[in-house]
Amino acid sequence: MTYSFELPLLALLILTAGGAIIVKELISAVLILGAYSFFLALVWAWLGAADVAFVEAVVGAGLATVFFLLTLSQTSPEDTRIRRPPPPIIAVIALPLLGLLLLYAANDLPAFADPGAPASVHVSPHYIENSLADTRTPNVVTSVLMDYRVLDTLIETVVVFTSGIACWLLLRRDAE
Amino acid sequence: MIDRPSGSVIIRRTASLLVSLVQLFALYVLFFGQYGPGGGFVAGVMIAASLVFGLLVFGEDSATSQRATRLLAADGVGLLLFVAVGGLCLIGGGEFLNYSEAPIPGLDSAARRYLGILMTQIGVAMDVAVAAVSIVFSLSRSVATEETDA
Repeated sequence: MTYSFELPLLALLILTAGGAIIVKELISAVLILGAYSFFLALVWAWLGAADVAFVEAVVGAGLATVFFLLTLSQTSPEDTRIRRPPPPIIAVIALPLLGLLLLYAANDLPAFADPGAPASVHVSPHYIENSLADTRTPNVVTSVLMDYRVLDTLIETVVVFTSGIACWLLLRRDAE
Repeated sequence: MIDRPSGSVIIRRTASLLVSLVQLFALYVLFFGQYGPGGGFVAGVMIAASLVFGLLVFGEDSATSQRATRLLAADGVGLLLFVAVGGLCLIGGGEFLNYSEAPIPGLDSAARRYLGILMTQIGVAMDVAVAAVSIVFSLSRSVATEETDA
């Protein structure tokens, strides 16, 4: 197994994530985060999760960046400069240890694309085998989202609706 | 940021081509979501993105942007459509959002579920598009009024 595509992508991900933290101007951080989302979308596409890649590219790299930029366009330049105090010594010691712990725990995860993984043997086979016959929908992701698990999607739609209303109520002032 | 049109002719020319192209692609993603990647959520965000792009380039007073303003009147319609499909299934004697019980004559169970998925996806797309455009409006208008107050 070669990593000719994964390794440059991983390097770009770490580079953009680190760059978003290091830069001094918030507006640069926002644009670098947009690039980070785009590389993340490429990772999802490479792993075969085309639907997730789609959402990541449109929402993460597109709409979220616009939201951030609109917000930043209304703040004064001295507010968007970042003052970074040096991190406390306990964080410098504890966070790498936490990272090592997570890497150690990742050893117990099932291998990528393992057909015997717990997530692949529970209800997924039923969805994959019956989606076409039940719903005439070849894209199993869509039939799970909009039919088998539609109540979750309904509540997510309510959440999106509520966020739009809440932003309107909190931020909008009447022009009159 | 959206109160004045962009001065660059390159940006305006590109935008006038791209806005309708993105909307066309969003419709494709919406109605092709049952066969390929995509679906209601992505289609809604793409419609919103094209409208926001038009807002940013042409300003909110232009004819192109009036569509985005009119869209705000449809707030909640998408969610209502979603819930109405569920209620239709209740009327047909099934559980809430069990599409196969929807009282539509002349269709078998699978075709009803196909139709149910399509209708709820349109509902999700409308809901997401309106929410995103309304967030952009609320983010950008609050300051415009603050400036006139000052």
